[in-house]
Amino acid sequence: MSGPWEGNAGGHNLPQPNAEARQERAAYLWGLSLALLLTAAAFGLAVFKILAGPALLAVIGLLAVIQVVVQFRFFLHIDLSKSKREDLQLILFTGLLILIMVGGSLWILGNLDQRMMG
Amino acid sequence: MSERQHPGINLTHARPQDARHAEVTVFGFWTFLMSDAILFALLFATYASMVSRTAGGPSGAELFDIGNAFLETIVLLLSSFTFGMAAVALKEGRQRAASLWLVVTLLLGLGFLGLELREFSSLITQGATPQTSGFLSSFFVLLSLHGLHALVGCIWIGVMLAQIAIFGLSRPVRSRLLRLGLFWHFLDLVWIVIFTLVYLPVVSA
Repeated sequence: MSGPWEGNAGGHNLPQPNAEARQERAAYLWGLSLALLLTAAAFGLAVFKILAGPALLAVIGLLAVIQVVVQFRFFLHIDLSKSKREDLQLILFTGLLILIMVGGSLWILGNLDQRMMG
Repeated sequence: MSERQHPGINLTHARPQDARHAEVTVFGFWTFLMSDAILFALLFATYASMVSRTAGGPSGAELFDIGNAFLETIVLLLSSFTFGMAAVALKEGRQRAASLWLVVTLLLGLGFLGLELREFSSLITQGATPQTSGFLSSFFVLLSLHGLHALVGCIWIGVMLAQIAIFGLSRPVRSRLLRLGLFWHFLDLVWIVIFTLVYLPVVSA
């Protein structure tokens, strides 16, 4: 595991041009700006009471989903490119498990609540 | 951009077997993070079923300080971004810049933990302890598990700063930093769901 062949700094063994680093930096900046915008929108809608009740829940839920996708795309570098699909497949499978387990739990507990407390 | 092999920033590798090593270890860590996501999702389900069960105790609308939650959100988001800057510096092989961005990330992470502890102590002095109600039990479990992740992340950053200082940006150090990056960004992903499900719904109530 030890590899003195790979020095720090210098960069003679890191052949990619600065353009790629600039691109990466721009991606993180895009991610930050979009995430800030989506966060401000969600808090603004709730704090200034622009929406309320189920409408508020639906819109901030949607904003959260968009922000999760934005962070996946710009911070975690996961997109729809064909070069590597296993990561995306794992996310989608995890999403399916979450849907079944969370949805199922809420369904069962909601039903119990209705029968026993109502 | 060169072809992506795994989640997170992809470094340029001098030897093909190093790229393969990074791909395998990062995918393994990614699998752990996804199982962690399921754990959090089930705690969110617990919270959602408990949220109206206040057992005569205070409700979220009476307790939560939305200003503090907003501050926590911004601090954590900024720390996710500064970690990204550290990752780009790592990719460029700029050791000093990477360490500096990691220090900034660590300070933001500690700031987040400070804000969270301030919130917890304010809740507890108001008599809203985890024992008060099902709602507060599930709230404290969910928030402290996330806080525990943030604490582990902070310790991990500290360890990596020491390793960078001692070993430089050697191959194992770079590989560990890649995984730490995924872990740190994951913290903010979970937090998006926390502020959306826990804090924002009670503001307008």
